[in-house]
Order: sequence, then structure tokens, then C-alpha cells
Amino acid sequence: MKRKDSTQNVLNRRSFFKISAVAGGGVMFSFPFASDLLAQGRGGAAPPPPNPNNFIKVALDGTVTIVAKNPETGQGVRNMLPMMIADELDVDWKNVRLEQADFDDTKYAAQSSGGSTATPNAWTPMRQAGAAGRALFITAAAQKLGVPEAELTTGAGKVNHASSKRSATYGELAAAVAKLPPPDFSRLKLKDPSEYKIIGKKHSAYDIGKIVTGAPIFGVDVTLPGMLHACFEKCGVFGGKVVKANLDEIKKLPGVKHAFVVERPVITDAVLPGEPGLENGIAIVAETWWHANSARKKLVVEWNEGPNAGDSSVGYAKKAEELGKAAPQRTLRADGDADAALKSAAKVVEASYSYPFIAHAPLEPQNCTAVFKDGKLEMWGNSQQPGRGRKLVADTLGVAETDISLHMVRAGGGFGRRLTNDYMVEAAWIAKQVPGVPVKLIWSREDDMRHDYYRPGGWQNLKAGIDASGKIVGWKNHFLSYGDGETFASSSAMGPTEFPQRFVPNYTLQSSVQRLGIRTGALRAPSSNAFAFVIQSFIDELAHAAGKDPAQFRLDLLASGAPLPAPPAAGGGRGGFAPPGMNADRMIGAMKLAMEKCEWGKKKYPAGTAQGIAFHFSHMGYFAEVAEVTVTGTKVKVNKVWVAGDIGSQIINPSGAENLVHGGVIDGMSELMLQEITVDKGKVVQGNFNTHGMVRINQAPIAIETHFVKSTASPTGLGEPSLPPVLPAIANAIFTASGKRLRQLPLSKAGMSWA
Amino acid sequence: MAFKLNVNGHTTSVDVPADMPLLWVLRDVLNLKAAKFGCGMAQCGACTVHVGGQPVRSCMYPVSQVGTKAVTTLEGLSANGTHPLQQAWETVDVPQCGYCQAGQIMSAAALLAKTPKPTDKDIDTAMSGNLCRCGTYLRIREAIHKAADMGSNAAAKTVQTAGKE
Repeated sequence: MKRKDSTQNVLNRRSFFKISAVAGGGVMFSFPFASDLLAQGRGGAAPPPPNPNNFIKVALDGTVTIVAKNPETGQGVRNMLPMMIADELDVDWKNVRLEQADFDDTKYAAQSSGGSTATPNAWTPMRQAGAAGRALFITAAAQKLGVPEAELTTGAGKVNHASSKRSATYGELAAAVAKLPPPDFSRLKLKDPSEYKIIGKKHSAYDIGKIVTGAPIFGVDVTLPGMLHACFEKCGVFGGKVVKANLDEIKKLPGVKHAFVVERPVITDAVLPGEPGLENGIAIVAETWWHANSARKKLVVEWNEGPNAGDSSVGYAKKAEELGKAAPQRTLRADGDADAALKSAAKVVEASYSYPFIAHAPLEPQNCTAVFKDGKLEMWGNSQQPGRGRKLVADTLGVAETDISLHMVRAGGGFGRRLTNDYMVEAAWIAKQVPGVPVKLIWSREDDMRHDYYRPGGWQNLKAGIDASGKIVGWKNHFLSYGDGETFASSSAMGPTEFPQRFVPNYTLQSSVQRLGIRTGALRAPSSNAFAFVIQSFIDELAHAAGKDPAQFRLDLLASGAPLPAPPAAGGGRGGFAPPGMNADRMIGAMKLAMEKCEWGKKKYPAGTAQGIAFHFSHMGYFAEVAEVTVTGTKVKVNKVWVAGDIGSQIINPSGAENLVHGGVIDGMSELMLQEITVDKGKVVQGNFNTHGMVRINQAPIAIETHFVKSTASPTGLGEPSLPPVLPAIANAIFTASGKRLRQLPLSKAGMSWA
Repeated sequence: MAFKLNVNGHTTSVDVPADMPLLWVLRDVLNLKAAKFGCGMAQCGACTVHVGGQPVRSCMYPVSQVGTKAVTTLEGLSANGTHPLQQAWETVDVPQCGYCQAGQIMSAAALLAKTPKPTDKDIDTAMSGNLCRCGTYLRIREAIHKAADMGSNAAAKTVQTAGKE
């Protein structure tokens, strides 16, 4: 990849929108991104000048090709962003071809999947791109037909002149459009939502034909001529190093081509960086993955396990107990006087909640394919942050980023695991050892589960007071987590505005941390996936203590909030963008919709069956959920879940949206009941789905109803926010149905199981 | 060791270790990538294929056990993606990431071959060995019912033919 020269950049900046002919005929549109999109992922630094990006191609035969820029991990972004372009361009979706972009931040700006950010960041620029294209076809048609632009309409890739019954297809106009000057963006008119023909309609995944016929579209499917297959053995203890191994013997085994030690830089930080990168270990490269993996079973390695070999879950819990009894190390927030409020409260409720480490375990194990030739790397990967991955590879191997080309391949799930790029740097390191030969690295499931960036476990010791009228007057939380001093381990922090801050006059949030020798990271709806369970379960306890209906108690609490402070200027917050904070009215709207749909309080259930309710705001999404469960002894059946969400004025693809909500509910059920990662002698104990399970079809709810509040806010993302409330909604239903208040995740620790 | 295999109606010879699981023979030797590696211990079902008409977890099924039995992978379920299950999967828009779906469809095809009009309970029982990390289970149930309505007879016929020894 060559850097564009400065003349080119200046030209593009001036023209703002560039049109050019493409080889073979047709036209290609280049357009800039809004600065907010460019700023995303760049740590709030000043955005670079807009770079042109090539997104739309119209061939002379009318074929429309739209580039899908982001990594597809199952969240449906490969459909959604091109749908925005296609609708404003006014072409027929069935005539659109999608082309997956390679990673190229000079052309496409941000290319990442995380934090439910794609929709809010792309909503305006993608529609503008389509609308700009449409405006040009109208201009070209007006010239060709000799009529005023105002008399022209468009539809299905054609410009029509109604009164003369003449029309011209985009293909016929493409050559003329290529000679036009850029349109005036300030005069572009975006469609009224009532005019949408693609946005807001159900569209199956673009790749569905390939998925149902088994076409090789995933990272693990990448196959290149002469390719070899690798596996990589790491120390079970994070940071451990090979002392010696029987590599000479391994090299003689059937199918084995290479076996060598992979070195890594030493990390001495007290708190592990979010992306610790390459681990030390042994790579085996063979004819097939089975040959490599069979040889791996014969490996005899002496490890230096390093300073983390003493870590254990028992030790963490013991330390947490000590910390919980001692004075908190830090105060993160103190509004009013919580101690005084608790002293004068009519009733004080105290409870301790906890949640474990859990693994991401996307179904496609981590993998990456790389070939190193003439000092350059070509890679095929399915990272959620390909840019960070390429930089990690460049920094670790000493290869310039511009000498690394990266093809973005479909991922069999992400859930945050592929935000980090250890498998990418491993594949690159191994490929560099065998120049000229493509190598595909595939992790085993055990590699994945034992070398994850775990959702951090934690403990929360809560105390709240209610007055005689049943109102919460004071709230204290001693939050026990991992880190060192004022630094939390990755994804292990609680923000000072965590709910119900602003809704309780006297609110204190304090924290204490302990050191940690395993890696942590963002799992779908990071922190929210644990905090919603704790906070919404405890609020339920308070509602029952106050003798109030749990739904009405929540509505009253939401109505009692102080006004939303002005949003911070830039940076910070979850998902890498400035969070505006929760708008209570929007959450009340979601609550009321959920209550209406589930007929809250109106159904008569037999003993053992009940509804529970919860809400949570995360990633700019407002979700209230109700679960109906039947508890029989220790068996829990989730009969039905009602989900009501407000993610703005427009659901882009209702089919994908409903699917993601189903996923949020079922994923949340796995976390609630089944998942726990434990550590013993520095090593993760669980290795596969038999010990770190997930919900199976026979345990899935009979029905999940999905409803959206259509608010006036700009659309936001749906990858994450539907998940957090389902855990407490079910837990609260279990309490009402059985009298069991369960405060420790997973619920299986209390002997419970899914029916 | 040399093995003669009948895969998707074609006879082919492979020279691989006798304990090599069928999954890796299909993926790395025959370049048939539909069946997926997910767990390596028959926990997730992503590697499900038919051997002699029966659904098996190919990640733990040694190639030496196949013998003369016909192997059918998703690539061979229908000539051009027109099996009722494939059509139903498209209409219902079942997948999210799509990684487990080859295994899901193969398990569902085996179910419909035996039980052309399955109940929800039949589906839950037959499909409980197939994990979907994205949680598309409700749509899987819906699509199987739809396929059953569309042509359970056709489905049964295809699978039986493919499963002939």
C-alpha cells in the first residue's frame, strides 16, 4: 500500500466528493466521512482531514456494488451499512452486490466492530453518500433528457420523467455522471423515513445463500496454495516461558514440517495492558491441522511459570472478603451524605452480590492465516479491531504497517473476544519463520477458553435505606474489583455515574482492588453484563422491602432523577464514545411498553410461576425486559421474555434486530446460570463447553417478544444493550415465583439449573 | 493409510492416519469446509455430517470407521441449495454469525428424514446437541417447522438417497 501524496489529499479535501470512471466502464463515487467517525477509536485526538473513500460503483450495465467496510461477526453490519447507502441512492436491494473491504484506514476510516458503535457513527455519512450519488444521477438525467431536475424522480436504479414517460437507468447515466462536478452536500436532501424502501424492511443476511450451502466464508476456511497448518502451545499460567522442550522429537513426527519456540517481550506492568500481545510458546507447523495437533499431544515442555503461578479463585475470594471488611481504598463518587441518610432511614437493606470471570468462547476458535514474502506480510483475519491488530503485528515483528496487507474475513462470532489480537500476532510471527509459505493458525477450544481476556469477576457490597414512603434515600456500594492503586484491570472499572446515581440523593460509590495475574477484557455489554444483575436485583429487594410493586417502584425511581448533566466534550465512556447519560423519560417509555405487552400485574399465575422485571441503559440503548419463569424445585424454565427497547427513530433491519435481541436474551441466560471460569495454581480450570456451557435449544425460552419504542433520537446500536436486563429480570422472577433471592452468579452455584 | 470414501456421491481416495477424524479429512484433505471445528469433543455439533444417513459429530469420528457408508456434508445436501431446510433457513433469516448453521441444518435434515412433522419437543430433543453461540434457537425451531410444511417428503427422500450405502 502506498501512501497518497499530499497533492492528492489537498485535491480530495477541496472536492469533498470525487467522481471518477472505473476500468471496464461505469462510475465510482468517493466521499468523506463525518469527522466523528474518523475520530472514533483515535483516543479523542484531532481528526485527520477527511480522506476520500470508495464505496459505490455503478457499472454501465446498471450493476451496483457497495463496499461493506466493517468486520462482520454476526451482528449484521454487512447488511446494515450498505442498506443505508442503497436506500438513499434509490436502487433495488436485490440488484446490489456487496464487496467486503480489506482493511485500509486511509480509504475507509474506522473499521471496527465494538461498543455497538457502527449504527450511530455511520447513520449520517452512509445515507449522505447514497443521497449524493442519487443527486448526480438526477443531474445527468436532466441534461440528457433536457428537462429541469425538479421534474425528475428516482426509483430502483432509474431516473424517471413522469410527464414525458421517459426514463434513464443509472447504468445508462454512469458515463455522464463520471464527468460531473461533485454535488453540493449542503443542499442534499435525505429521505423522509416514510420514503424508505430498504431501511426499515426485513432483509435476510446478504451471505445467507453461502451460509446454507456451506461456502468457505469464515476465517478458518481460508485456503491458499501450498498452505501449512499450525497450532500453538502456550503456558497455562499467563506470562510463563518455555525452559526446554522435546522439539527434535516433535520435528520427526508424521506430517510435521517445523517446530520452534516463539519469544515474547517481558511485561512488567502491575496491571496488564488491555492488549498484552504475543505470548511465549511453541509453534508446530504441519501438513494438516490434525497432524500439528497430534504432534502437540506428544510435546514435553518444561515451563517457567513466572509470578502468576500462585493465582487462584479461592485466593481472590479470600482477598475480596478481607477487602470488603476493611475501609474502602477509594471513593469514586459521593453525592449528599449516604451515611446520614442510612442512619435516619425507615428501613435499611444490605446485600452482597458476586459474579465470576467468564469466557467469550465465540464458536469459531481464534485463527489467522498469514504469508511472509519479500519483507511483507499478507494476512487473512477476522479481528473486531483489524487496525489495532495490524499495529500489534507491526510493532512486535518490526514490519512497517504499510507492509502488512490485511483481508477481513467473516467471523464466527465476536462478543468482544476479537477486539484483542493475540492470534493475529502469533500467526504473523509463525509465518515469518517460514518465509514464502502461507500458514493458517487455528486454536483449539481449550486454547481459546484458557487464553481468553475474561469478563472480570467481582463483588459488590450494597447498603440502601428507604424512607417511610418507600423512597430510596441513601445508597452505598463498596465495589470490589481487580487492579492496582488507581488503575483498574481492563474492563474491571465502575464509572462514577453508574445507576442509580442522580436518582438517589445520597449516593456513595467506593472501591477496593486486588492484583490479578490473568487477562481481562470487554465481553458483550462490558461491565453492564454483570452490573445490571446486581443493581436491578438489589432494587427489586428494595421494592419488596418497601412493599411496592417492583415495576411501579422502578417507574417512581426513574421519575425522581436529577436533570441530565451536559455531556462531556469528548472521549471516555463505554464503547469509545462520549456517553450522553441515561435519559429517564426514554427508559420510562421502554418500561411502560414492556409492562403493557406482558400485561404486568394482570395475569394470574399458578404457584411457582411469576414475572420479573428489570431495565438497563448501556451503549446508548434503553431496555426494559420482563421474564416469565416457572420454578420447580431447583429447575427453572423461562417460558417467555418480553423485550422493549428504545434505540432511536429507526430500526434499520428489523430481521437482524429481532435476531440480535433473541441472542442477547439467550446469551444472558447462559451467563446467568451456566458460566464460570475459575483459576487454580495460576491456570484456568475450564477448557471446553462441557465445563463452561451455554444455553441449548431445549433450554431456550418458548417465546421472546421484541418491541421497540420509536423515539425521535438518532438511531443507535443493538449488538449489546438487550443483554444486561435479562439476567435480573429472570432472577427477580425466580424470587417472586419461589422466594429464593439469588445473589451469586452463576445461579448453578445455588444448585439451580435450566429445566 | 489409504481410505476409499464416498462423499456427497463421489468416490475419492485419501491417504491419512487411521485415527484422523472425518472432520479434518473433509476440511484439510478434501477441501470441503461446510462442517466446522468448534470444540473437538462432540459438545457443540458444528461438525455434524451424515454417515450412512445418520448424523455424526465428525470431529470425533475416525476416518477408519466410515467404511463404505456414504458421507453427506452440507455441500451435498442438495444440488443447488434447494433443500426445504436451506430454503426455510433463508426465508426465516436464521443465522447471525452462521458458524454453527451447517451442523444445525444437517441435524435438522436427519430429524426430518425420520420425523417429517416434528413438534417443538421433537426439535428440542433432536437439536440439543447443536450449540448456537449467537442464540438463534427460536428461528431454528421456526425454520424447521417451515421446512416440514414446505416439503417434508422431499426432505426425507433427499436424505435417504444420500444416505444409501
